[in-house]
Amino acid sequence: MKFHERVMRPKFFAYLGVFILLLFLPLLLPIYQLMLIESGLTFAILSLGFNLLLRYTGLLSFGHGALFATGAYAVGMMGEYYPQLYRIEILIPVALIASLVVSAIFGFICVRHTRIFFSILALAVSMVMFALLVKLYNLTGGSDGLHIDLPIMLGKSYEGMKRFEFLSGAFYYFLLLSFVGCAILMFAIVNSPFGKALQSIRDNEVRAEMIGIRVRRYRWYAFIISGMFCGFGGALWSFVNGHVTPEISEWVFSGEIVYMTLLGGFMVFEGPIIGAILFTYLKLYAVSITQYWMFIIGATLVVLVLLLPEGIAGGFARLAKKIKSRSAAGVA
Amino acid sequence: MLKVKRLVKDFGRARIINPTSFDVQKDEIVSLVGPNGAGKTTLVNLISGHIKATGGQIEFLGRDITHASPYRRIKMGIARNFQITNLFEDSSVLENVRICLFSVYGKIKKGILPADHYKAITDEAIGILDIFGISEKKDLLPGNLSEGDKKVLDTAMAFALRSKFLLLDEPTSGVATGDKFKVMDTIIAAIKKEKMACLIIEHDMDIVSDYTDRVLVLAEGSVIADGNPKEIMEQKNVKEILFGVKG
Repeated sequence: MKFHERVMRPKFFAYLGVFILLLFLPLLLPIYQLMLIESGLTFAILSLGFNLLLRYTGLLSFGHGALFATGAYAVGMMGEYYPQLYRIEILIPVALIASLVVSAIFGFICVRHTRIFFSILALAVSMVMFALLVKLYNLTGGSDGLHIDLPIMLGKSYEGMKRFEFLSGAFYYFLLLSFVGCAILMFAIVNSPFGKALQSIRDNEVRAEMIGIRVRRYRWYAFIISGMFCGFGGALWSFVNGHVTPEISEWVFSGEIVYMTLLGGFMVFEGPIIGAILFTYLKLYAVSITQYWMFIIGATLVVLVLLLPEGIAGGFARLAKKIKSRSAAGVA
Repeated sequence: MLKVKRLVKDFGRARIINPTSFDVQKDEIVSLVGPNGAGKTTLVNLISGHIKATGGQIEFLGRDITHASPYRRIKMGIARNFQITNLFEDSSVLENVRICLFSVYGKIKKGILPADHYKAITDEAIGILDIFGISEKKDLLPGNLSEGDKKVLDTAMAFALRSKFLLLDEPTSGVATGDKFKVMDTIIAAIKKEKMACLIIEHDMDIVSDYTDRVLVLAEGSVIADGNPKEIMEQKNVKEILFGVKG
């Protein structure tokens, strides 16, 4: 497909519209709504990374919270031990390197297996991480976690500024650009020869091996890339949240990552993004309505699996296809 | 090119391949025949590295590959198809062949530019589909192909690996009888053009004698005859094993 053909598609205009809307969002929304969106965008980066494994490599991880925690704790611990380096230009690379190292180790252990065995191994290593974050309280602040100060961004210090002012200012645009960059990068990855190789491993690992793809190694690469997206999301999230606790490494949060991806629809590229943002709202409103919010989340999951197994984005995609084929049939 | 020396394979306590030796020369097209359960597919699996040998030695291009991983063997130039078609069912026919070419040319490490950007490779993949006569079906999913076309696609994928030695496990099983010779014509012509050596498992004796230079007869894990197809078919013990003819 030529570039101009790609640009002329309605989908492209829809994205452009959403992007422009997002650009003006700080002017339109009250601050607490904006913070929800920001938190949703960081989760979107996380679930995009998660979906590289689930959709494109065929591996369901129940331990991706640990990789998110790696990014968030990298920021927190830098603030604790190297306050003189507490600049966002340094913190983000540090978070990426930390998640690279951790996901390389976790991935090395986990990709020896597939299916449920992979899921359980991922769960196990993430719980090791959780235990370390709780027990090494001298280093990590234990179950109290770590406070995240406002970082220096592009040489500008935000000391003394209120967090919400920081979040609705320059940081919002930094976050938005990071998100758009991540989405484009992930889109490029899944459509590249490397992405195709991952999909062939997912479809048929025996044949993939027999056409000269090193199956285990490529799964490992996918795990690492996925982990770095998660770590990046975690680092950005820590600034939005202002505090990191070991809970984000626990299996409950890992389960929420699976949930938001399914909610949006893991079969569609955009699904995890939609799911992440919706989930942020759903959880907040469920929590504000009742203390049995988990019941609401659980009930939606049941409805989702029974009625809309392809998730929300998947449902829309199917609807669009149906309308298209019906109108095509009408013309004929 | 390929030398198999006293190769043995046991599954548990059952010996499937008795000490077996044979070799395949460059440019040679050899068929492997034998009754069901003789160990033909096991032999192919051993050569492709799909399963590990219990004993003996396999040499390829003068190097011992008995313990080499399947990946090493593919990189050295051994490719195979599958008796029971083994395709990427969620990708189009074109995509199935193209991923093989991406793998051969080392492009699967490239993670930024879209796959469609590599036009030369896409064209080459279409060229291979053309050779095998299925290029008009390039956008279909394998599930929508006939059993015969699936076999052809499976062979095309092995062919796309640009190997020196091709292992074909019953490339015409499932193909309609009337089309068998047409399919073999395309496969053999393609192999000869690329000067590949080839080991074909085949049941159809007409195909064996028409298309292959040499035949190996395998029975109960041992090679019992090796030579020109027409002469071998006349041997008494071969007739007895293959056709159940007593006398």
